[in-house]
Amino acid sequence: MEEKVEIIATDEKQEFIVNMGPQHPSTHGVLRLVVSLQGETVKNIQPHIGYIHRGIEKMCESITYPQIIHLTDRMDYLSAHQNNESVCLLVEKALEVDIPDRIKVIRTIMSELSRLQSHQLFWATFGMDLGGQTCYFYGLRDREMILDIFEETTGGRMIVSYNCPGGLMYDIHPNFQKRVKDFIKYFRKKLPEYDTILTGNVIFRERTSGIGPLTLQDAISYGITGPSARASGLSCDVRKHEPYSAYDKVKFNEVLFSEGDTYHRYMARNDEMRQSMNTIEQLIDNIPEGPYAVKMKPVIKLPEGEYFQRVETARGELGLFVISDGNKNPYRVKFRSPNFVNLGVLNHLAKGFKIADLIAIAGSLDFVIPDMDR
Amino acid sequence: MGIKGMKYEEFGDNESLELLRESGSNVFLTSIDDVINWGRKNSLWPLTFATSCCGIEMMQTGAPRHDFARFGMEVYRASPRQADVIVVAGTIVNKMAPILKRLYDQMSEPKYVVAMGACAISGGPFFLNSYCVVKGVEHVIPVDVYIPGCPPRPEALLYGMLQLQRMIETETISSRKKRNASHSYE
Repeated sequence: MEEKVEIIATDEKQEFIVNMGPQHPSTHGVLRLVVSLQGETVKNIQPHIGYIHRGIEKMCESITYPQIIHLTDRMDYLSAHQNNESVCLLVEKALEVDIPDRIKVIRTIMSELSRLQSHQLFWATFGMDLGGQTCYFYGLRDREMILDIFEETTGGRMIVSYNCPGGLMYDIHPNFQKRVKDFIKYFRKKLPEYDTILTGNVIFRERTSGIGPLTLQDAISYGITGPSARASGLSCDVRKHEPYSAYDKVKFNEVLFSEGDTYHRYMARNDEMRQSMNTIEQLIDNIPEGPYAVKMKPVIKLPEGEYFQRVETARGELGLFVISDGNKNPYRVKFRSPNFVNLGVLNHLAKGFKIADLIAIAGSLDFVIPDMDR
Repeated sequence: MGIKGMKYEEFGDNESLELLRESGSNVFLTSIDDVINWGRKNSLWPLTFATSCCGIEMMQTGAPRHDFARFGMEVYRASPRQADVIVVAGTIVNKMAPILKRLYDQMSEPKYVVAMGACAISGGPFFLNSYCVVKGVEHVIPVDVYIPGCPPRPEALLYGMLQLQRMIETETISSRKKRNASHSYE
């Protein structure tokens, strides 16, 4: 079998090559890192991907556009709403369909709730990676509340498939507004607790501050997006620069830091949770009346041509590129997934640090492996 | 009788499975089996093995609301050598299949396999048109319990694990040997 742990000890360099993954609790899935070590110091990291490559891009070529959303759900399952939104926005843009405000607002609220639960899970697992088991319990306790809201409206807890080309699958549940408001009220009280337990913790600060710094120049040249790039000061929020859905109507701050180390990548996500709550609060009381879906043709065919749509998922920028030959199936689909691009910087960040810091750095980049492999 | 012909009440009938125990077993051995099975069933330690979405629901099952630990699945073990049950949570693709087999081989006896979610059962949403998905994890390792859903709810996972506990409860030394022989892929 090829997955053999190779131990090469040459006399002069004393370099060990250690295999981390694919089954390893800190790689958050089935990522395999071949790490060259000198003592405890990381010399080089060679990531191997493809252990969860399901061929989604190729599968998309043989199914219709409304069917694609059921595959994008399972790509980055923590940002399922945003992934679906990219497909829906692309189809609507290509067919020049006007989307009523009600749909736009509901989509935005759902996207932000999705981002919130994703960052909660990040907080929970990042704390656990660094040895704080309590974070795991706190984070997932609060995440259940968002999953309840999702379940009530969409019928699914995580894989929601709520967006569809031309609108939404069904209208929101009558309780939706009340429950979201209750949740925001509850979570505003709980968020300071998160800071008390992890952000202000001395051990946590020692292990993250100054670890794996990413300069603004490197962030640009490696093509990093999302909170990881915003921690380095790169303004790359698609919601600000190319607003889609109802993001042009809401006021929110793009969280920017300049340090770019592990601690600030963590803080960028932590602060984004507050911004998400602000966004939801602005919209939840003013959901306009109207239909929840526009009537589309039973068979959706895009006109011949090339289309591109980008959205901001919880991890960065997702780009969807479709070539259509006028049929009901796309001719070619390509996803520019944020995790795949963010993985490229791992070697650059972790080189020269200890192997224990590699866990913190990889954790702070917040990988979702099926999104990487697709 | 197919599953459609089964009455609703019989799904919840805990007695029928216990009757499956091999008849005429030794009284002395039976009581030893009882003690061993009691211990095994109440300390099932799962392996931290998750490939995709089902893994998040598995984490959620370990979280405060559902609390896996109530039923003895106390800790997730990172090493297959310390784990009793491998919950295959997520899609297994051709590149991952040899590693899954190797993980299973590294586990010490007695070991159990739970296929969680549509992907692990049959390939699920990736059954058609995909060139690289293993269509059901039973092509690679023997499965004891199947949990349907995409992904299954935490309650479903708990129910599946409780069914596994019931299965362990009825085991004897000879039935275990027989099972291993029938599950062998050599």
